Amino acid sequence: MGPKSPIYDYLRYKKKFPTVWCPGCGIGTIMGAIIRAVMSLGYDKNDVVMVSGIGCSSRMPAYVDFNTLHTTHGRAIAFATGIKLAKPHLKLIVVTGDGDGLAIGGNHFIHAARRNIDITHILINNSIYGMTGGQYSPTTPRRAFAYTAPYGNIEPDFDVVELGIAAGASFVARTAVYHIIQMGKIIEKALKHKGYSLVDVISQCPVLYGRLNKMRSPVEMLLWQKEHTVDIKVAAKKSPEELEGKYIVGIFKDDPDMPEYVSEYQKLIDSLKE
Amino acid sequence: MPNKERPALVQGNIACGYGALAAGCSFFGGYPITPSTEIAEFMARELPKRGGKFIQMEDEMGSLAAVIGASIAGAKAMTATSGPGFSLMQEHIGFAYITETPIVVVNVMRGGPSTGLPTMTSQSDTLQAGFGTHGDYYAVAFAPSSVQEVFEYTVKAFNAAEFLQTPVVLLMDETLAHMREKFIYPPTDSIEVINRKKPETPFAWFKRFEMTPDCISDFPAFGDGYRYHITGLVHDPMGFPTAVSSEIVKSAEKLRDKILIHKDRFTYYEKFMTDDAIWLIIAFGTAARSAKQAVIEARHHRMKVGLLQLYTIWPFPDELIAELSRNVEGIVVAEMNMGQLIREVKKACPRKLPILGANRYDGVLITPDEIIHSLKAVHGSKEK
Ligand SMILES: Cc1ncc(C[n+]2csc(CCOP(=O)(O)OP(=O)(O)O)c2C)c(N)n1
Repeated sequence: MGPKSPIYDYLRYKKKFPTVWCPGCGIGTIMGAIIRAVMSLGYDKNDVVMVSGIGCSSRMPAYVDFNTLHTTHGRAIAFATGIKLAKPHLKLIVVTGDGDGLAIGGNHFIHAARRNIDITHILINNSIYGMTGGQYSPTTPRRAFAYTAPYGNIEPDFDVVELGIAAGASFVARTAVYHIIQMGKIIEKALKHKGYSLVDVISQCPVLYGRLNKMRSPVEMLLWQKEHTVDIKVAAKKSPEELEGKYIVGIFKDDPDMPEYVSEYQKLIDSLKE
Repeated sequence: MPNKERPALVQGNIACGYGALAAGCSFFGGYPITPSTEIAEFMARELPKRGGKFIQMEDEMGSLAAVIGASIAGAKAMTATSGPGFSLMQEHIGFAYITETPIVVVNVMRGGPSTGLPTMTSQSDTLQAGFGTHGDYYAVAFAPSSVQEVFEYTVKAFNAAEFLQTPVVLLMDETLAHMREKFIYPPTDSIEVINRKKPETPFAWFKRFEMTPDCISDFPAFGDGYRYHITGLVHDPMGFPTAVSSEIVKSAEKLRDKILIHKDRFTYYEKFMTDDAIWLIIAFGTAARSAKQAVIEARHHRMKVGLLQLYTIWPFPDELIAELSRNVEGIVVAEMNMGQLIREVKKACPRKLPILGANRYDGVLITPDEIIHSLKAVHGSKEK
């Protein structure tokens, strides 16, 4: 008896399951949302490329039946840039962690956003270095605990959305694993968008982040996401005091008219032919 | 374009660009650095005219990542850099090696370590080209010595990369890169171009890293309809990570044997007056030009000297050195560093004989006189 759901057609479940992810981890839920978005857009699997860096989140490509590339820590976006330029018809999905995408890979992220190259970047933001066992990341909030912040983190964290907008990405959104329906819709829009589309997905790592920060169970962490996120439309009516410590979710920027890098390059090639 | 009827004075870096285009290169990703920048500028000008792509990345890590990505998507791809950039690229050279991705990395050597001597010549990245990245690996590196050879060996570098599915380093030096010499563009049909092996089996039976007798597997590009996994982790023939002892050993040995099985095919060298030589000079790159002149001058003084010029530096041609050392009484290794290749030469010689270095590491091209000076010393050490 084989699995019936059409999602199995997109998974390397016979070869690769079970996954490396811990019980309660949010990455699998995000993987499901990405696959459903690809399914509902009707993309040919041969045209989809998933690229990742290094980390728990970056293990995702091994499980999905696309062209998949698991690269080096922080550099996934630069690899994806080469693939997209060489074969522009391919659909590039990059998954990174918060350390992968913002610390070691921060430079590639802001420059790819600046070029507005047609790549969808799903930043799986669990506020911790998962793979290496719980060190603080560029999105670990002030005062939160990590194994390299045993007395509480003294560094301020990045606002991924503001960073993406400032760097020049033409589609920028934030969502959370708790908001599964919204997450699916946003990822679908991000995939359809032509240009750099960044989705900051708040995810949970109960085993490391949760344990160190008094939220041991996945349910507690998901409830935290529920309580600490505010929809962008609702947030518009709230005062800064009311939004203190909250994460706004929704689509912050969606500009289809910004020049996209690979198209601009093609225009350059065409102009030289004349 | 300069051809037989119309030879031209061409710079080494530009000849490298011509060679890349002749080999079918359609992607260049790079970051500016002296003394390699003219290659990037040439490619930025020429590639889009031919439908190819040039991108200036945000750093060298990104450059090589984009180059590897382009190659995985089916393009022949390259970068060009120098010392500091070459150091930054090492992690991705290892990635290209373990993922069996053909790429060409041109390293125009300048003095180091660190920022070192940005505008002066050197051969001090010779060992780095062989052992720069972490882990066990078998590198391939070629070193031309004239502008004409830069063209020829750039093509050969692409051919070796495509055939072996591995990164190939083209070692140039500042002198060669910036020197202008007579250059003849060879007739196009005389240029051998090799392309990577493509699958004939249907997708259902396809294994990207299949063990084959000659260790070369089929390599379809992303988007060709063969969906497979690539990872920098040690992997099984399907491409998926493995921690099974027997699979780890097999995959490591495949990468090694791939280079060693085809070593002869990609070992390039030239002998100059070695037939009756009692003394041997070993050199490569621009140092070999001074060495050739040293041979000519020493012969005037009836010293029976010959030159072995290496074009393939890695994998190191141990067998060749062993064979040539049999008939000589002493060897001088001329190089513009503190003595890097000499270690390999010493290891390769089966019997004890005097082996001395002729070294220069002040950023200036080594002279024939300096090499003759070492020849006399090796001669003297034998007398005693
Ligand atoms: C160059 C390099 N430095 C460090 C590491 C070790 N390392 C592996 S994963 C990781 C961090 C992962 O954290 P994150 O990117 O947030 O992803 P997560 O595991 O939480 O999904 C680090 C530092 C590495 N693999 N390569």
